[in-house]
Amino acid sequence: MLEIKNLHCELEEDSEVKILNGLSLTVNPGEVHAIMGPNGSGKSTLSYVLSGRDGYEVTEGSATLEGADLLDMEPEERAAAGLFLAFQYPVEIPGVGNMTFLRTAVNAQRKARGMEELSAGEFLKLVRAKAKELQIDPDMLKRPVNVGFSGGEKKRNEILQMAMLEPKMCILDETDSGLDVDAMKLVSDGVNALRDAERSFLVITHYQRLLNHIKPDVVHIMSEGRIIKTGGPELALEVEENGYGDLLAEAQA
Amino acid sequence: MMPRAKLKARKVEAAEALVGARPLPESNVWMRRAREAAHARVLDMGLPTKRDEYWRFTDPRRLTAAEAEAGKLHDTQGEAPVFDAFDRLKIVFTNGVFDAEASDALEMDGVEIAPLAEAAAADLHWARDIYGVLEQRGQNPVERPLASLNTAYAREGMFIRVTGNPERPISLIYNRSAEDGDAIVHHVIRVEAGAEVTILENGPVAARFNQVMEADIAEGATLHHIRAQGRDHERAGTAHLFARLGAEAQLKSFTLTANGSLIRNEAVIWLDGADGSAHIAGATVGDGAFHHDDTVFINHAAPRCESRQVFKKVLRHGAVGVFQGKILVDQVAQLTDGYQISQALLLDEDAQFLAKPELEIYADDVQCSHGSTSGEIDKSQLFYLRTRGVAEDEAKLLLVLAFLAEALEEIADQGFADDLRDRLEAWLKRRG
Repeated sequence: MLEIKNLHCELEEDSEVKILNGLSLTVNPGEVHAIMGPNGSGKSTLSYVLSGRDGYEVTEGSATLEGADLLDMEPEERAAAGLFLAFQYPVEIPGVGNMTFLRTAVNAQRKARGMEELSAGEFLKLVRAKAKELQIDPDMLKRPVNVGFSGGEKKRNEILQMAMLEPKMCILDETDSGLDVDAMKLVSDGVNALRDAERSFLVITHYQRLLNHIKPDVVHIMSEGRIIKTGGPELALEVEENGYGDLLAEAQA
Repeated sequence: MMPRAKLKARKVEAAEALVGARPLPESNVWMRRAREAAHARVLDMGLPTKRDEYWRFTDPRRLTAAEAEAGKLHDTQGEAPVFDAFDRLKIVFTNGVFDAEASDALEMDGVEIAPLAEAAAADLHWARDIYGVLEQRGQNPVERPLASLNTAYAREGMFIRVTGNPERPISLIYNRSAEDGDAIVHHVIRVEAGAEVTILENGPVAARFNQVMEADIAEGATLHHIRAQGRDHERAGTAHLFARLGAEAQLKSFTLTANGSLIRNEAVIWLDGADGSAHIAGATVGDGAFHHDDTVFINHAAPRCESRQVFKKVLRHGAVGVFQGKILVDQVAQLTDGYQISQALLLDEDAQFLAKPELEIYADDVQCSHGSTSGEIDKSQLFYLRTRGVAEDEAKLLLVLAFLAEALEEIADQGFADDLRDRLEAWLKRRG
C-alpha cells in the first residue's frame, strides 16, 4: 500500500535543517502501523511530506501509494489517489460551512475518480448517518469548519471526513492529543469501524494509550528522522514502561 | 504644499467654471429653492480635489471633469441580471432617464411612488423636508460638494413614500446603452412610522454617474437597501446615501461592487432616535484598473443605538480599495454599540488597500470597536482543503467567498444574499 524508501527531507528555507534522514517503511493493505517517538523526531513532518505541504524539500528517497509516486503529486491528487491525513491541529475556516466543505470535498474526489457526484439528498443522508455514528451533533454540520469546535469535536470532525472520503491510506497525526478518555474512545471506535482488509492506517502518537483502542499490527520507533526500531504491539508497551531513553541509547550504540 | 487659501480659491474657481453659468432645471418653488441653495453650496465649497484630506486616497478628477469619459459596454452574453428571479416592482432607468415603458406601473399597496420630474412640478410636502435637506446636513463635518451638485441638477430619480409593508421589493434598474454621457439621479425615500420596505438597485447606470439617495426612516420603520454595482468596467461614479433614523428605526444597506474603474460610495447615517440600528456593508471584487472607495460616516446622536460597518474587498492585478469609516458618538448617545471592520484580501502583490478607520466618542458609557486588516489567502486553510481533494483553484474560490461571507450576512433576506453570492462566484470563476 504505502512504501517509503530512504526518505530524506530538509526545510525549504533552511537546508541546514534536516528533518527526515533515510526513513523507510512499508505498510501493507489492511495493516495498522503506529509510529512513536520523542518530540522533534520528525513524526509530524513525515505526515506533512506525505500529504504534500509546502515548505519541505525532499532530497533523496521515494514514497509511493500503490506504486504511484506520491511526491510528484499535488495535495489534491494525493487525496484522490486515496491518501488521507487527519490533522493534529485541524484548521478553522470561518465563512465555509462544514456541510458545504464536506460536500465539496466528497464530490471533488468522486469527480477525480471518475464517479458521479452525489445528489444533495444522497449526500445529506450519508453524512447524517456517519455523523450519528460519531455522535456528532447535527448543529456541528451547520457551523463553519472547525470554528468554535472543542478539541474533541475537531478530532471527531476529522474522522467524519475520513469516513465520508473513504481513503485507502489514512495517516492519523496525534489524533489523541487534546482528547479526554471518552472522546478518545469515540474517535477510536470511529477509526476501528473503518478498518478493513483493503484500508491501511499509519497512526502517529506520543503515547501508548491510543494504541489500547486502535490496536496496531506493527509499531515503529522514530528518532532523528529515521525508524530506529520496529516490532509488534509489545514495543509500544515497552515505551510506556521505560520511556524512549533505552531505545535511543540502543540505537546509538 | 499649497496654502489652504490658495487651494480653496482653486476649488471655487473650478466650481465656477463647471456650473457657474449652467442653468438649473425647471422646478416648482420648493424644489427650485432647494436647487438654488445646493447650487450656492457647490460654489461656496468648490469642487473636491485630491489635495483635500477627504479625497487623499481617491482622485476625484474624473468625477469633476466637464465631460464624462466614454467607456465600452460590457457584453453580458445573455447572463440574466441580478435579482432577475425575484418578484419585484421594476422601475427602469435607461442611461439615467426614467423609462416608463420599460417599467411596471408605479402602484403598489403601502407605497406612493412618483418620478422626480412629477414631484418637481407638484407640492409634495413630505419630500420637501428631505430633498436637499439631508444632503445639506451631510455637509458636516466634511464637505461633499458632489452631492450638492446632484441636488442642484438632478432631473431623474424616484420619490418613494412607504406607508405600509408593500408585498414586493421596489427595484431600481439602471440600464445603459450609450458609451458616453452622464447620469445624475436623486432618490428621496420616506419610510413612515412602523413601515418596512426593501429597495433594490442594480445596473451600470452610465459612463459616469452621480447618484444620491436621501432616506428618512421614521420611528420603528425599516429600510432594507441592497445595491449591486456591476457590469461595465469602464465607468466612473459616485453614490451618496444619506439616511436619518428615528427611534427604533432600522437600516440595512448592502452594496456589491464588481468592476468600475472609479467608484466612490459614501454613506452618511444619523441615528437620531433612541434604540435605532444601522448596518452598512459592502463586498467588493476588483481586478486590474479598478479603484473602489467606501466612505462611511455614522453619527450616534441618541442613546442605545447600534451600528455595524462591514466592508470586505478582494483585489488583484493593481486594483485599489479604499475604506474611510468614522463613528461619531455624541455625548447624549450613552450605551452606544458601534462596530466597524474593513478587510482586504490581496490576491497578489500589485493590489492595494488603503484604510482610515476613525472613532470620535463624547459619551462615556459606550462600546465601540474597529478593525482593519489586509492579507493574502491563508496557506494552512488552503492546504487543509487540498488534502481533502479540493483542487487548488476551487479551494481558493471557496476561501475568497468565505472571506466575503461576513459582509453578505448583513443582508436580512437569504434569497437576495444567495443571489449576490452566486454573482460573486460567477465573477470570480470568469476571471479565473
